[in-house]
Amino acid sequence: MRQKLLEILEKDSRLSVEDLATMLGVQKEDVQREIETLEAEQIICGYHTLINWDQTDKESVTALIEVKVTPQRGEGFDKIAHRIYNFSEVKAVYLMSGGFDLTVIVEGKTMKEVALFVAHKLAPLDTVLSTATHFVLKKYKEYGIIFEKGQKDERMIVCP
Amino acid sequence: MKEHLLASKVTGIPPSGIRKFFDIVTEMKDVISLGVGEPDFDTPWHIREEGIYSLEKGKTIYTSNSGLMELRQEITLYLERRYKIGYDPKTQVLVTVGASEGIDLALRALINPGDEILIPEPSYVSYKPCTVLAGGVPVVIATKAENEFRLTAEELEANITPKTKALILPYPNNPTGAIMRKEDLEKIVEVLKNKDIIVISDEIYAELTYGGEHISIASFPEMYEQTVVLNGFSKAYAMTGWRMGYAAGPQALIAAMTKIHQYAIMCAPSTSQYAGIQALRHGDEDVQMMRSSYDGRRRLLVQGFRDMGLDCFEPLGAFYVFPCIQKTGLSSNEFCERLLQEQKVAAVPGTAFGDCGEGFIRCSYAYSVENLKEALHRIEQFVKKYI
Repeated sequence: MRQKLLEILEKDSRLSVEDLATMLGVQKEDVQREIETLEAEQIICGYHTLINWDQTDKESVTALIEVKVTPQRGEGFDKIAHRIYNFSEVKAVYLMSGGFDLTVIVEGKTMKEVALFVAHKLAPLDTVLSTATHFVLKKYKEYGIIFEKGQKDERMIVCP
Repeated sequence: MKEHLLASKVTGIPPSGIRKFFDIVTEMKDVISLGVGEPDFDTPWHIREEGIYSLEKGKTIYTSNSGLMELRQEITLYLERRYKIGYDPKTQVLVTVGASEGIDLALRALINPGDEILIPEPSYVSYKPCTVLAGGVPVVIATKAENEFRLTAEELEANITPKTKALILPYPNNPTGAIMRKEDLEKIVEVLKNKDIIVISDEIYAELTYGGEHISIASFPEMYEQTVVLNGFSKAYAMTGWRMGYAAGPQALIAAMTKIHQYAIMCAPSTSQYAGIQALRHGDEDVQMMRSSYDGRRRLLVQGFRDMGLDCFEPLGAFYVFPCIQKTGLSSNEFCERLLQEQKVAAVPGTAFGDCGEGFIRCSYAYSVENLKEALHRIEQFVKKYI
């Protein structure tokens, strides 16, 4: 049940426990308990809403920053990652294979704000060797959802 | 043009039972529909992409009448892998324009004037007209709710005559969602084996079988030479508009069907054939994902109908539930028409799929959970008035 429950919730976390139980063919109580367990085990880490901010008046920019760092003895990349991901401006941090070490996703109100964050907070960190900032110009798809208007059901209303 | 110039064979066929209903529905606004007989998924992108690539490479010419050899090979590998039936791609497979063409071809290839074709109902709308157009006589076998709309050996046996040429075996079933389990098929095999009766096994919904694996009657060794399997890409890979199906069966029958196909159709669309190769090679995960998604929605809809007090057997195939609405005292047609007028929900009267569908409605769950829940809510409001 765990796998299927997670697959359903990943797509729609607003389904009620009753509906989830019906869809999985199990008891309501079991679903409730499993969700609590998954939360306790931090397999379910949160319930968010996917918003296309570009459709609103809110000013915001997202940047992807390639960061090269010197790994530290005994700590590897974890310590520097920890110093970076604790900034509230930072939305995601990934350790990468290839030409650089960390991908840091930063959000800010303006390009200037993000640039200042990189210049004043990120780049000066002891072990950071270099940064390269790429601003996101348009989000086409996020978390598997295409941000395009007008995707409607074009099937005939009744067919055999 | 003067009506009498038309072939009487054609004018004698009643228009599809769904037609009248369709006309009412299309004039209404804000209708929530449970009436569609096709997936709500788009064709997986890697499959579409392969079709696009074939177009870019200019693969826009006729293929062999039977279909691309590469595709036929993939079809045989698939039938072996999924249903344990072995076919020779050179002589035993024909790629058709949807499984619907397969139905027509099989009937035309088999029927001599007056031959009887056994058709379990409720079932898909084309079996009867295609039989009539081919000069055959449809013999309807009314399956029963108490048997969960499975075909029983007794019902089958009672309808066999010296004129019986073929049995259409439409499982998993549209509109009931019924399937035939292994033990059900065994009894059918007992009746049919060593008789000169061909089984036209329409397995278009085979991949949408829940809680178990689909069994093809062709996988019974005693039935192999007597069965033509019809299948396709529409339901399994959400490819309805590509019009891709296939028939696999005994050499002589496939050769006869191919003869009609080569004169009437030439070949299935080449773009679709290239996409089909990709689907069979790399589509298993997509099928699995869609099946799992339908399964959850299936349970939701069944439970919803039961909660409002309607009898609803658990359908284990396709993407339809077939609740019984007799308790409301309305006929299937009245129920669906009033439901549409009063609550703006479109479902299909069971009678569109045969007279024995009276007292039932077909509801598809190829819709979002949100849509299904809203539809259930509205139907409940409606049903409350009557029971």
